[in-house]
Amino acid sequence: MTQAPPLSPDPASRRPRWGVIVVWVCVLGLLAILGFALIRSQQGPINVGGRIPDFSLTTFDGQTYNTADLRGQVILINFWASWCVPCEEEAAELEQAHQQFQDRGVVFLGVNYVDTEPEALAYLDRFGISYANGPDLGTAISQAFRMRGVPETYVVDGQGILVSRKIGPYASLQEIEAALEAALVASP
Amino acid sequence: MKPRLLRLFLLLVGLLLWMPVSAGAQEGEPTDDEVNAIAHQLYCPVCENIPLDVCPTQACVQWRGTIRQMLREGRTEEEIKDYFVQQYGERVLATPPARGFNWLAYVIPPAAFLGGAIVLAQTMRRWRRPAREEAASPAPQAEDPFIERLEQELRKRA
Repeated sequence: MTQAPPLSPDPASRRPRWGVIVVWVCVLGLLAILGFALIRSQQGPINVGGRIPDFSLTTFDGQTYNTADLRGQVILINFWASWCVPCEEEAAELEQAHQQFQDRGVVFLGVNYVDTEPEALAYLDRFGISYANGPDLGTAISQAFRMRGVPETYVVDGQGILVSRKIGPYASLQEIEAALEAALVASP
Repeated sequence: MKPRLLRLFLLLVGLLLWMPVSAGAQEGEPTDDEVNAIAHQLYCPVCENIPLDVCPTQACVQWRGTIRQMLREGRTEEEIKDYFVQQYGERVLATPPARGFNWLAYVIPPAAFLGGAIVLAQTMRRWRRPAREEAASPAPQAEDPFIERLEQELRKRA
């Protein structure tokens, strides 16, 4: 009795299905990109105690401020816009605080978020704001801070560490003073 | 003067009075349509997914004013769009430029459509094949894949 040869494997099952592999790689790659974007969007603003991203701000009158060069000084970074009604609630108080704290080495930086220059300058003039203000070109600064809206204010100590963050307008001058005093205490 | 001639005269005077005003409007002030044609290609960066030409916020009103001003200065459509990108980032563009991750927006939809069409074609071919085979050979098809494979092997050795 002759023995039957073993069943030959099906050639179709041996062949790798390149089309299927490519499709799966593309789908997984796309999911990875979407996941990465989702994680980034869910990150929320910078946490107190964390280091702020360094940035450069060119003011409306052409001066450039780089936060990396301001180490050793407390910085108040205020995001605002001329079309933002809540920003108006704190504008005068911020200028008052600037007048009080500029002699103590506190630097105020106003970052003008998605605005038009004539309206922004008219706003600064209306509230008599004298500290450095410039446009957030390409929204690069607000994106680095993962900002959600205006106004938002960040108080940073001399080491570039975020001491306090205010989402929405400050309720009073005392609140701004308290935030700046805390930052001055944190700075050596 | 005959009434017909008088009417013609008044018509000519009216035309002469109207023409300089019309020409002045074309040269000086950009029309709302011209402003909106550019605004339609831009999106409000504050309120999401609203084109600038229909956005009712104060910010959008200001930006439409900026477009009008730039048109008045003789800037081209491309120059105005470049200015907005420089000021507010690429996200203001209704159609993002095809570079970086933006490529995905251009590549994925046609690729997904093509992939779907291929899968559909293959599935339909697979559906039709058993029906044709059934029509060609009246022998009953084995439902068990092992038996089917065994039959294939036996057919090969026959």
